[in-house]
Amino acid sequence: MDLAGLLAFNVLTGIATLVLITLGLGVIYGMMRIINLAHGEFMMLGAYTAVMASGAGVNIWIAMLVLPPLVVGVIGLVLERTVIRFLYGRMMDTMLATWGVSLGLIGLVTTLYGNVVRGVSTPVGSFDIGRYGASLYSLVIMATALGALAAMFGLLRFTKFGLILRATMQNPRMAAALGVQPNRIYMATFALGAALAGLAGGILAPISGVSPAMGAAYVARAFITVLGGGPAIITGTGLASGLFGTINELVSFKTTPVIGDVALLAAAILLIRLLPQGITGRYLRRSL
Amino acid sequence: MTPTVFRPSGAGLRSAAGFLATLALGLALLFGAPHTLDTFGLVQCTGFAALAMFGLSQGFVWGFAGVMSFGQAAFLGLGGYAYAVAVLNLGDSTLPVLCAIAVPMLFAALLGYFMFYGRISDAYIGVITLTVSVILFQLVNATSGSQYRIGAAELGGFNGIPAIPALNLPGHPGEPLDTDGIWYAAMGALILVYVVLRAVLASRFGRVVVAIRENETRAQLIGYDPRLYKLLAFTIAAGVAGLAGCLYANWGGFISPTVFGLPMSAQVIIYVLVGGLGTLVGPMLGAVLIQALIITAGSQSVLDSNLGLGLVLVGFVLLVPQGLVPVLRGLSWRLIERRAGKAAPGPLATETAR
Repeated sequence: MDLAGLLAFNVLTGIATLVLITLGLGVIYGMMRIINLAHGEFMMLGAYTAVMASGAGVNIWIAMLVLPPLVVGVIGLVLERTVIRFLYGRMMDTMLATWGVSLGLIGLVTTLYGNVVRGVSTPVGSFDIGRYGASLYSLVIMATALGALAAMFGLLRFTKFGLILRATMQNPRMAAALGVQPNRIYMATFALGAALAGLAGGILAPISGVSPAMGAAYVARAFITVLGGGPAIITGTGLASGLFGTINELVSFKTTPVIGDVALLAAAILLIRLLPQGITGRYLRRSL
Repeated sequence: MTPTVFRPSGAGLRSAAGFLATLALGLALLFGAPHTLDTFGLVQCTGFAALAMFGLSQGFVWGFAGVMSFGQAAFLGLGGYAYAVAVLNLGDSTLPVLCAIAVPMLFAALLGYFMFYGRISDAYIGVITLTVSVILFQLVNATSGSQYRIGAAELGGFNGIPAIPALNLPGHPGEPLDTDGIWYAAMGALILVYVVLRAVLASRFGRVVVAIRENETRAQLIGYDPRLYKLLAFTIAAGVAGLAGCLYANWGGFISPTVFGLPMSAQVIIYVLVGGLGTLVGPMLGAVLIQALIITAGSQSVLDSNLGLGLVLVGFVLLVPQGLVPVLRGLSWRLIERRAGKAAPGPLATETAR
């Protein structure tokens, strides 16, 4: 019984982690049809921000939850203005360019801070599930993931900005005819996606080693989840995270985390054979 | 970024001239290099030949079949590991070389079936192939310890497999080739693969593959099954990458999981992009250029190689998206034609006007 409880807790943590690392990628892909291969490096920058800020004496919660999205959001904005905006409509070129940005950021951070693993300590302790101990920090991850999903849903569904965002996504020409500047919206969306990646990096910094190449450990799972989710950003991310997170955690529990990732990939490849457009390409198509 | 497909007669002549020039240059290198270079230079050139073949594989699948395989390193790694494991078990290197080609092809056929028959979009294919290579990297990385062994070969996790026996003449295990021999094998294989790929592209099959890249719907309406042709092209490219992996393992006598890594996949994309998408010479040239650049940057340690590669990639996508070879070729032909046009204005001039 205790074991089942622990396992359920771990599955929930896995799903929440998946939601966090996928949401930024999903926002950029869903809105702009750009697959951001620098996503992992945006997370890495978020994690570095958290490490640097907490090292400089900033309150750990601010260093983890507030500064990373702000810093990485600004970096995303700058990159959109300097690189990405010239490539809209050329999907392959945007992928290549973001891959270049990804390599460049790894190289830059290695040059500046060296190829060493850093870390911050977890700010909260642990609690007991029956005979087993579990980290309270997992609850923080779950709360953040839920918060991020809810905030994104609220933003898209209930605000004027969200309405304009969805309209531009559906039909940029019509939106432009009605007085919206699609370029501005794309810029904001890219920055928003980058900020979400930064948040994920900041919140995961205490539980993963922070190094220049840390992004690669997460991107595979994030890409798979975006593909599995399909066109609806929030619902798709939620559902695919739920499905893949469960598979990943259960297989990891039985074997090793690496085999868990392999199972995740195998499940995703089977899924796209059955549902090439992802889960929300077939079901719940009208959701957000 | 789409190169021209249908070549009128004049362009066909040029294409043949380019092919013969490349072949002649390749043969000159093959026989000239051992006499002019010292051992170190020759070993380095062997590495270049292996990576040039890797570039050919990416150039074929991406430039001609239009399949955005972003994880070509997966096949390089599978080929290298297949050779290493087989040669450590068998001793004689003939069968292991075939394994290095067959294992990646089988894997590509299986993966390609799910991707192409699922009819997922180009971008998704890029993402899936990329993800596969990342996960293979993590998987092989996690095989440290003596319990992970295939026959006599210990996989060795992050440390990889050291002391891989070099190629030998068929039937003579225990007499591995020396540096010169490995060079002849690697460069000879590169020339052979180049010629074979040219022949494939000139064949009916190759023309259908290119037609599908140009307009998939139209090719399908004419009666070709794009899924099958893409799958076959993807599988052929995987075999070429596997052979490159075998040569790569021979070059250093060592293979580690980094062959599966993202930087490896990115490098080969850069070879093709720098050299020229839609050519076969371009990727080979790009491989040599970029590798020489990495080695220089590494020995000078002025610039982190990732940073340099990233800048090159972004720069080429933004500024020279068609790559060096098409740009240079266009320039040189225009120059030649201008001279010829002055001497004899006539058929050549009308050819350019078309």
